[in-house]
This record gives sequence, structure tokens and C-alpha cells, in this order.
Amino acid sequence: MTVEEGRLSPPRLNAARRFVRSYLERPAGLAGLGVLAAFGLLALCAPLFIGDAQLNVIKVTGPQLAGPSGSYLLGTDQAGRSIIDLVIWGSRESLSIGIIATVLTVLLGTTVGLLAGHYEGWVGKGLMHVTDWFIALPSLPLAISLAAVLGRGAASITIAIAVTSWTATARLVRAQTLAVEARPFVDRARALGAGNTQIMLRHVLPNVTPLVLVSSTLTVASAILSEATLTFLGLGDPTSVTWGSMLQSAFSDGAVTAGAWWYLLPPGIAILIVVLGFTLTGRAVEHVLNPRMVGRS
Amino acid sequence: MNVPALEVRDLKITYPARRGRGPARAVDGVNLRVEQGEIVALIGESGCGKSTLARALVGLVKPTSGQVLYQGTPLNYSAKALKKYRRHTQLVLQDPGGALNPRQNVFDAVAEGPRLHGLTDRLNETVRTSLTRAGLRPPEEFTARFPHEMSGGQQQRVVIAGALALDPSVIVADEPVASLDASVRGEILKLILSLRDDLGLSALVVSHDLGLAWNIADRVAVMYLGRIVEMGTVEEVLLRPRHPYTRALLSVLPDSAKDWRPTLLAGEPPDPTAIPSGCRFHPRCGNWAALSGPDREAAGCDRRDLPILSGDPSALTLTACHLVPGEHV
Repeated sequence: MTVEEGRLSPPRLNAARRFVRSYLERPAGLAGLGVLAAFGLLALCAPLFIGDAQLNVIKVTGPQLAGPSGSYLLGTDQAGRSIIDLVIWGSRESLSIGIIATVLTVLLGTTVGLLAGHYEGWVGKGLMHVTDWFIALPSLPLAISLAAVLGRGAASITIAIAVTSWTATARLVRAQTLAVEARPFVDRARALGAGNTQIMLRHVLPNVTPLVLVSSTLTVASAILSEATLTFLGLGDPTSVTWGSMLQSAFSDGAVTAGAWWYLLPPGIAILIVVLGFTLTGRAVEHVLNPRMVGRS
Repeated sequence: MNVPALEVRDLKITYPARRGRGPARAVDGVNLRVEQGEIVALIGESGCGKSTLARALVGLVKPTSGQVLYQGTPLNYSAKALKKYRRHTQLVLQDPGGALNPRQNVFDAVAEGPRLHGLTDRLNETVRTSLTRAGLRPPEEFTARFPHEMSGGQQQRVVIAGALALDPSVIVADEPVASLDASVRGEILKLILSLRDDLGLSALVVSHDLGLAWNIADRVAVMYLGRIVEMGTVEEVLLRPRHPYTRALLSVLPDSAKDWRPTLLAGEPPDPTAIPSGCRFHPRCGNWAALSGPDREAAGCDRRDLPILSGDPSALTLTACHLVPGEHV
């Protein structure tokens, strides 16, 4: 066996196996993962059975605001579209906005946090001042004004969510970076000749990543909520179907006064279930990765 | 005359003042030389500045004044020059568990130095040779392990292997065995000795342990509150200590010579933010306390500053004390 072969062998696999095994022992985490997998699958497969015929208000043929029945499991909306089709179709944009916003949040937050934690001088101080400034800004009005400036639509909502939520990640990463940098292996790396970039990328980042992963699953949940909020407030693309826009049109089409609970509840419950799924998954990963939490429920 | 492998001249390192106290003079004027192929032990109690001195030697701390010289050339603190310097001088830290990144396996930990310096042509061979030299045999058995899968002694060998991978000429070891079991301690010390014999490495070993100095060092320097108070060959310093501080340290060893009465150091533990005037050891010095009247006045330990020891390695011993005659060649 050569050294190179030896590198790819058991320990890392073992660690992965250990991770999977302890994750499997957490029923709540499994349930969360199952929910997410189901929604993900539905969202991905949606184009196979939902198309223009079901979504275009001009082409649909169903009755208006009809309650649940055999042919329309969750009833129909003002235009006669099947609610269950809308909920499934809406998951596509809600999930993708949530996930893309989270990726942006994590990238921005991790970069700022890492730099602020590593460079202790004016760079770090400056970055933390900017972060504090963003924390102090009320996030909803900021998101609304951003979405207003950037124009309505998915892209501006995604950016608005990312801009208002990266600060939490930045704070978290900075704190963890400070903790990691105090450890002797960073000194050793420096004595071996590592520069700032190498220390950040090779030593600090790998030790910060698990924490970021955990927090990002929770960020997805809040990003989906923010998306629904912003769309509900009318900042989304009026032509696209998301859970937030369903809630908004249900509200504006008078579903409440008409007593059309089947129009109002499904998107809300879908949001609830997905957010719960992400939260349960995140908590489970957190417990598995953080040895100090082992044994606590 | 040979050029010393590593030398410090009039080194001073001062940390800025904090919370109403004065600036901390961690290292306050030190001359020290490590000759080629020589092992020097730097002994002192915690807080005396020995770790700061060690970190300055590998360029991790920039001196406030004075110089660090590697083979006669003063250290240049530009990033590029420092990186070049770091191929030659390596640091071994006290806590091997903490000195290894928990997410790197042994191969990556040892290969880190060569990779940083772009020496990746024969990386496998370099790593294997370094592990073998550090006593991890066969190396293949260890390359895939992670730090938590090894014992403390093995971890320290990995750290040493990582240092050897750059083919250094000097190793600065800061308490290399303090956190290891007694049985492993001897093995690591033997390893350092054999590296000197086989590869001609020079080493500065920082420790609070006089026994360690006796076992591996050629010369010993005793540090007190930022200054070296006594230095010389191991035999001179440990068998015929002259400075009252060294004598006090040695007198409390269980198997020290019978005719020494144990001297317990009284008074304040040293504080680098408030260094006493005159001889910095005088508030705790038994010899000074025993003096009275005109003798005490004549000695003047509390008034007269002591010169900084020259660090000349050809002297058998050097002592910084008003009450003890200075150099013995």
C-alpha cells in the first residue's frame, strides 16, 4: 500500500459512517429529512404532471372557489385552478428562493466572519462595524425597500433575504474563527510558513464548516418564511406561483370572507411543514456533530 | 570561529500595557547562542519569558528591540523572508494534541510544510522519511490516522516529523515533553538527541524541568523575569550552580546534593509588568536577605543594575549576580 492510497482509507469513511449511524438514531431528524426529501422530490417532479393547462388562469376549466372534492382534492381557487397543484408548483420557487438565499447568506457571512476573525486590526474592526450596522437595521423594512429598489421578483427577494440575514452567520463564524485561531495548530502552521490565506482556508475553514452547515439548515427555514412574508406583502413576481403569493392572492381574492379555508390553509401548512423539516434536520445534525450535546435530548 | 546556528542579541520583547498595569517586559535583554549541532536548554519558571523567547526565535513574535540571527544573518520580518527562514527553523510545541489540526490526517499534517514551500516533487518519500526519522515505523501504518486516533507520544512524533519534513537545521522545542507520560518523555528526548547525532540538528529546548536539561542539553541557560541569570555547560550550571536562583531551584530537587539545605523562594512570584530595580531577583534572594549593615550597603543589589550576560558560549559559566563573581572561562 502506498502512502497516497493510505490517505483515502478508513478514518474519513469511518467518520462518515459514524455520522450516519448516530443520525439514524434520531427519529426527529429522520422525520425532518423524510419531509424534506418528499417535498424535494415533488418539487423536482412537478413539471411531469403540472403544466400550463393547470396553471394558466385562462386555460383552466375547474369551478371557482370550490371546496375539496374527488376531482379537486384541496378544492380550487378564484380562477378555478386546483389548490393542490398550486401548492406543489409553489414549492419549486419557495424552496429554490430559500436555498439560494441561504447559499448567498452562508458565502457572504462566512467570508466576512472569517476575515473579521482572522485580521484583528482595522480590517476586522471595520468588518464588524459593518456587520453591527446591518444587525441594527430592521430587517423587514430593509428587505421591503431593497425589493422595491431592485424591482419585484424572485431575484430581488433572494437578494433582500441574503442581505438581511448574513450578519448572524458572520457573527457565528467570527466567534468560531477566534476560537480556532487561539489553538496551537495555527501557531504550528505559521511556524511552518503558512500565510494568512493558507491558515484561513486550510485550518480555520475546515473547523468552522460543521457549525456553518448546521446554522445554514436553520437559515433555510427562516429564508423560506421571509420569502413568504415578502411575497405576501406583494413584493414578489405577480405571475409566478409561490406559497407566499398563494397566501396573498387568497387574501386579496376574498378567500377569508368566502370561508374558503382550503385556499388559505394548504400553503400555510406547507410552509410550516418545510420549515419544521429543516429545523428538525438542522437540530439533528447539530447534535450529531457537537460531541458536547451527546446525551442531551 | 564557527557561525552560531541561531543567536539572539540584546533581545527585548515588550507587550503593550493592559488594564492599568505597565507594559509587560516579557524578554528584557537576552544574549544567547546556539552553536551548530548543539542542544541548549532554556530553563525557567512559568511567566519568566522563556516561551516568548522561543516564539521570537522562530519569528512568531517580532522583537521590540534587538536581533535574532540565523547563521549570522539578522532576521528580516518581511513576509517573504520570514517564509524562507521558516524552512530552516522549526517549532515543536508543548501540547501535541492541540498542535495538530483535528481535521488533518498524519499525511497532511506532515506534508503541510513541504506543500507550503512548494516542495511537492517527492512528497510521498519526504513524508515517509520524516515519519521514519521521527520513529513512527512503518510510516504507512500512520499516514491515514487522525490525531485523536493516536497517543500523546505518537502525536508529538508527528509534530516532530512535520518539522523534519522541511529539513531544518534548528529546532526550537517549547516544553516538548511537558504534557507527556513519563515513559514517553524519555523516548521523545532520545529522539531529539538522535536527530542531533544523525542529522546535525541544533536545538533550543525550553523547559521548566531541570532533569530534562541534564539529560539532553550541552549547555543550560537559566532565565528569571526576562533575563538570563546564569548560563554555562550542563555540568557547571547543574552541579556547581553559582546564582542564588539556580541554587534554590536545584536545592529542592529530591536527590540534590546532601550538603545543600532546601531553599524555598519566598516573596512575590515574578511579574513582568513590575520588574524590581537593581538585580531583578533581589526581593526573593536569600543571599541578599542574609546580608546586613555595611555589607548590604556595599552589595547594593537593590540599586545597581546588572549587565546583560554576553552569551559567549566559550565561557564555562556566566552568572548575573552582584554577590557572585561573574565569568569563569
